[in-house]
Amino acid sequence: MNILIVGLNHKTADVDIREKLAFNGQKLEEALQRIKTLPDVKEAVILSTCNRVEIYLAVSNAAAAHEAIKNFISEFHGIDRSALETSLYAYTDINAVRHVFRVASSLDSMIVGEPQILGQIKDAFDFSLQKKTTGILLNKLMKKTISVAKRIRTETKIAENAVSISFAAVELAKKIFTDLSTKSFMLLGAGDMAELTARHLMSSGVGDVLIANRTYESGEKLAKEFNGRVVRFDDFIHEIVNTDIVICSTGASKYVLMKEQMHKVMKERRHKPVFIIDISVPRNIDPKINDIDNVYLYDVDDLHGIVDTNRLERQKEAEKAEGIIAEEIETFQKWLASLDSVPTVVALRDRADAVKKEEIEKLLNKLPRLGEKERDAVEYMANAIINKLIHPPTAALKEDSEDRDVLIATIRKLYGLDERRD
Amino acid sequence: MITLFFELALTFYFTATIISVVELFRSSKTTTKIMLIFVVTGFVLHTISIVLRYADAGRMPAVNPHEATSFFSWCTVLLFLILEFRYKLGLLGSFIMPLVFVLMLSSAMLPRDIKPLSPELQSYWLSIHTILAFLGNAAFAMAAGIGVMYLIQERYVKSKHPSGLFQRLPNLQILDEINFRLITIGFPLLTLAIISGALWAQSAWGSYLSGDPRIVLAIITWLIYAIVLHTRLLAGWRGKRAAILSIIGFITILIAFFGIKLLKKGLHVFL
Repeated sequence: MNILIVGLNHKTADVDIREKLAFNGQKLEEALQRIKTLPDVKEAVILSTCNRVEIYLAVSNAAAAHEAIKNFISEFHGIDRSALETSLYAYTDINAVRHVFRVASSLDSMIVGEPQILGQIKDAFDFSLQKKTTGILLNKLMKKTISVAKRIRTETKIAENAVSISFAAVELAKKIFTDLSTKSFMLLGAGDMAELTARHLMSSGVGDVLIANRTYESGEKLAKEFNGRVVRFDDFIHEIVNTDIVICSTGASKYVLMKEQMHKVMKERRHKPVFIIDISVPRNIDPKINDIDNVYLYDVDDLHGIVDTNRLERQKEAEKAEGIIAEEIETFQKWLASLDSVPTVVALRDRADAVKKEEIEKLLNKLPRLGEKERDAVEYMANAIINKLIHPPTAALKEDSEDRDVLIATIRKLYGLDERRD
Repeated sequence: MITLFFELALTFYFTATIISVVELFRSSKTTTKIMLIFVVTGFVLHTISIVLRYADAGRMPAVNPHEATSFFSWCTVLLFLILEFRYKLGLLGSFIMPLVFVLMLSSAMLPRDIKPLSPELQSYWLSIHTILAFLGNAAFAMAAGIGVMYLIQERYVKSKHPSGLFQRLPNLQILDEINFRLITIGFPLLTLAIISGALWAQSAWGSYLSGDPRIVLAIITWLIYAIVLHTRLLAGWRGKRAAILSIIGFITILIAFFGIKLLKKGLHVFL
C-alpha cells in the first residue's frame, strides 16, 4: 500500500479555482464515499479549507489511483481536467508524509504559525473516521500528523509573536495590563485597521468601550456594533482620564493630542498607565507624548516594525520545525517498514510449509508401508528442520533494524518468495 | 551537622542560581520547574540548619554576621517561594536567586562560631527585632528585584522594539502592583523593627537612641520607603519612579547591612 496526496492550495490555485473545488457540507460525505469506491483506493480523508483542498489516500497503485482521483475531481466538480493540471499537486509515500506534517504544523500556510489548520485537519480526520473511510495506514498517518503538529507547537515558538498589526497591538496591551476585562478602551475616529484592532481587543475581553467620532451618526453605528457608549468628539481628551487604551484614526491633518494636554491628563488619572495606538497616517498624536512616564504610544510604523521582527522570528522557528519533521518522518518510516515485514514473514512460513508438504508427500508415496507412528515421526522431523531453518530469518525480519528494507528484499530473493510457482 | 545542612543548602541555592541565569537565555517550563525543586530543597535544608543552630545557641540565630546574612537569605527565599507559587511570575527566579546566592555565599565566608551574647542583650526583644527587621528587608529585596524586572520590561515597551525577554517577562501592571504590595508589607515591618530596636536598647542600656550609624541608615531607609508610599498614595507616582525608588531603598539597606561593618563602631553585635 502507498500513501498518495492530491490537492491544491493558495500557492498553486487562485481563489476562483479553490472555491470550485471545495468539498463543503453535503458534498464532503458524498465525495468521500465515492472516492472510497474508486479502483486502487483503500482509504481516504478529505481536507477542505478556504486555502486548500487536499485528498489523503492509501492506495494499492499510486499511478493508477492518481489518474482516477484526477478524473474524479474533474467529474465531481464539473471542471475540465486540463484546467486542473496546473493547480493540482501530488505527493507519494515519504514526500506525502512530509507534506501532511508540514501542512498540519502550518509551515505550508499563508501565515506560518497560524493555528486553525491543525483543527481543520483534526475535523477532516474525525469525519472520515466516522464515515469509516480510513484504515490502518491513514489512521496512523493522521494521528502521527496531529502529534507532530502539537510537538512543533510546544517545542518551537512558531505560533508565538503576533504577525499582524492588530494582534501586535493586543499583545502589547497584554504586556502593559494584567487583565484587559478591567480596562476601558476608546475608539477615536474610525477606519478599517482601527476597527479591526478594536475587534481583536474586544475578543480579548476588554471592558468598557467608548466611541468618539466627528460625525455623530457613524459614531452611533460603531457604538452599536461594539456595544459601546458614544462620547462627544470634542470631549475625547477629557475622556482619556478614564480610558486605558486608545485607538486613534481620525484622519485629521494635524495632531489632535499634544504633549502638554497629555501631561494634564496623566496628572488627573494619577499616572495610571495608558496605551495609545495611533493608526492614522499622517499621525494624529504628538509622538513626544511617548516620553511621558506611563504613557505608551505606538504608531503604525512601530507596529509594522514589531510585525516584521516577529515574521523573521517565525521563519527561524520554522527551520527548527523542519528539523522536527525530518526526525518524525524517520520514525514513521520505521513503522511503515514494519508493516512490510509482516507479509514477508508469512510468505516465508508458507513457502517452508509448502516445501515440507510436498516432500513428505513424495516420501510417503515412495514408502507406502510406513505405519502411523513412523509417519508422525517423519512429519515431526520435517517440522523441526524447517522451524530451525526459518527461525533466524524470521527473527531478523521482526527485529527493528535500520536496513530492514534491504533485509526484506534479500530474504524475498534468497527464498524466491516473489517467484511464481506452479 | 549544622554546617552540613548549611553547605547543602548553599549548594542547592547555587545550582538553582545557575539554572535561573541559564533561564534568561534558554527558556522552558522544565527549567523553571527544576530550578524551583532546587530552591525548595535548599530552603528545607536551610530551615533545618537554622533550627539546629537555634537549638545549639539557645537563642535566635541572627546575631553574628554569618547568622544574620543566612537568616536574611532565608527570609528572602521564603518570600520568593510565596510569590512564585501565588503569581507564577515568569523569570522572577532569575532576578532573585542570584541575590540569595550572593547573600548565602557571604554568610558562608563569615566566621561561624557561636559566641555567647552579652547578658544585657539577652531578651525576647532579640527574636522580635531580628524577625521583623529581616522579613522587612526581605520584602524590600523582593521589591527591588521586581523593580529591576519592571524597568527592563518598561524599557522594552517604551523603546518599541520588544524583543529578548519581552515575551517572558510579566506585564507592567502586575510588576508594579506586586512591587507596591511588597513595600506596603516591608514598611510596617521596618517601622516595627525600628521601634522594637529602640525598646530593646532602652531595656538593655537605658536609652532609646544611640549613636550607632546603622540606626541612622535604618532611618534613612525608612524615609525612602515612606516617600515611595507617600508619593504613590497622594500623587499616584507609580511604575518607573516607584521601581527606581525601591531599588535605591534596597541599596541603602545593603549599605547599612554590609557597608557599616567596615566602620566597626556599631553597637549592633554583628557589625
